[in-house]
Amino acid sequence: MSDIDLARPTESLQAPTSAATRKGAAEIWHQFSRHTGAVIGMIVFVTIVAVVLLGPYVYPVKASETNVRARNQGPSVERPFGTDNLGRDLLAQNLAGGRVSLAVGVSAMLISIVLGTIVGQVAGYFPRLDGPLMRLTDLFLALPILPLLLVIIMLFRDTLRSSFGPQTGIFLLIVTVIGITSWMNTARVVRGDVLALKEREFVTAADALGSGHGRIMWFHILPNVMSPILVSASLGMAGAIITESALSFLGLGFPSDVPTWGRLLFDGKDYLNITPMRVVWPGLFISLTVLSINFMGDGLRDALDPRLRGRE
Amino acid sequence: MARFLVRRLLVAIPTLIAISFIIFAVLDLAPGDPTGNLPLTIPAEVREQVRRSLGVDDPFLIKYAKWARQFFVYEPISLFENATGITFPGQEGRLRILSWQTRSPVSDLIVQRLPQTLWVVGLAYLLGIVIAIPVGVYSAYRQYSIFDQVGTLVSMIGFSVPTFFTGLLAIIVFSVHLKWFPSIYDTTLVVRDWPSFVQQLRQMIMPVTVLAFFNASQLSRFMRSTMLDNIHQDYARTARSKGLKERVVILQHVLRNSLIPVVTLIALGIPGVFTGAIITEQIFRVNGLGDLLIRGIYNSDIPLVQTITFMFAVLIVFFNILADVAYGYLDPRIRYV
Repeated sequence: MSDIDLARPTESLQAPTSAATRKGAAEIWHQFSRHTGAVIGMIVFVTIVAVVLLGPYVYPVKASETNVRARNQGPSVERPFGTDNLGRDLLAQNLAGGRVSLAVGVSAMLISIVLGTIVGQVAGYFPRLDGPLMRLTDLFLALPILPLLLVIIMLFRDTLRSSFGPQTGIFLLIVTVIGITSWMNTARVVRGDVLALKEREFVTAADALGSGHGRIMWFHILPNVMSPILVSASLGMAGAIITESALSFLGLGFPSDVPTWGRLLFDGKDYLNITPMRVVWPGLFISLTVLSINFMGDGLRDALDPRLRGRE
Repeated sequence: MARFLVRRLLVAIPTLIAISFIIFAVLDLAPGDPTGNLPLTIPAEVREQVRRSLGVDDPFLIKYAKWARQFFVYEPISLFENATGITFPGQEGRLRILSWQTRSPVSDLIVQRLPQTLWVVGLAYLLGIVIAIPVGVYSAYRQYSIFDQVGTLVSMIGFSVPTFFTGLLAIIVFSVHLKWFPSIYDTTLVVRDWPSFVQQLRQMIMPVTVLAFFNASQLSRFMRSTMLDNIHQDYARTARSKGLKERVVILQHVLRNSLIPVVTLIALGIPGVFTGAIITEQIFRVNGLGDLLIRGIYNSDIPLVQTITFMFAVLIVFFNILADVAYGYLDPRIRYV
């Protein structure tokens, strides 16, 4: 036996978790920071989040305050974005809408990632459940998502509104349905990685040491599938923001007393002749947010998988 | 090959049954009353009779079975009869799936609305493919060139900016300010002579361009990456060292192999053409299939919504199978098990 053969088992018995991940994080950050698009994307994204979260403290105008005398106004010094047909201040509405849109994006993405990771892990780890769970995934992939989302929201909107209140009810409904209908790709990617990882020595070693299935899945396998999960998290968040705005744009998302970027577009689209800027601002916010998240996702994928660098 | 096809079709049947069950259950479990929009002056007994005639109070499984028979047996027969003029004997009394809004068969409504959707959204999809393939090929061939960098940026923008924003921007610029194109699509327009043809072209330019741009940016990125996968392969080098012209190497050797996954992606994207129509038709007020669905949802016209949604599911399943078959047909290395 050569030295290499002796050295390999001891090395690979160590789950590449703590030390390796920490070293990896620095390396990933280094790669990420060399991706120009990703860095610009991150700056834009952080700026949007900061503006939306801190804006109301700097610009203390209430989004819901109507003033019919000052309706349909163009941009001015005291109303930088102008006003809508009820005289509501559009800058304040865009800021408030951004908070809702981003919150929907983050929460729906979390639901979808958690669901996808659980399904993928279980399917990859337990061969018996693999078949049924993957058939379920295929079934969900064959569902016509947008029509189904519209139907579900239309039908259950009033019930949830009356039991949780107008804002919370519709928020819960939209976040849940987007999350439940977007976990499939994460599940597929995670399952593929788990299938490969399960055969590695460190998993066998953990099993031999008496770790239970849950412990192996949580402490040994999960840290190693974090990178595809992170990438699909970024794509998932961009997707959720687009889906929410699409639903609101079709008039089946949030009601108009809860501004979101999509809802502002929907409300503004009938006033294109009078105040065209009304749709430009929320549209720009949606586009810049999604674009910056997608660039960050691109950079992240390149940093995590060197083979992909420069592709796609 | 035949065995594979049979197996895929056999798997598709339970999938479709499960999906139809899900769609049916979602709509059936939902609160909402089809008589809710009727005038309040209608007395309670009449209202009850209306409900009974619609079969609203039947048990769930019976309603499902009735609907399934209508969808899978009666409607195809009716469509066939309308198309060919042949009448099946003994099928006269069959019940069609009726829209609760218009009281006319749902399939007739769909047949009425389908051409508008196909013209606008289908044309945009074709145009997107025609733009994406050369752009993807050239960016991969000149990787890291200015063309590639700009192309990647533009496609990233086209892919991230939702069509409901680019569409509205196009309306602001070209309809409101420049007044070049109408902002509302006139579906009653009949192309009879040259001026009406120009009119039709003018109203189609904006929706088709906006959608084609979106489709092209998704597809060109994929085209570029599969080209890059193939361009550095050994067979490309062999072809070059045989002394073949660069043009022949790229267009006949590399492109042909790179197109295999692209063709399957195109097939997989066709159902998306129809669901994407829901949004596009709302922006430009095209009165197509997506518009029919949205109106059905607003008016809780359950039979209509069920039928269209399930039709979308059938399309997805069908084009999935088609993509798999096309993949095997185009790439002999794929073996069906």
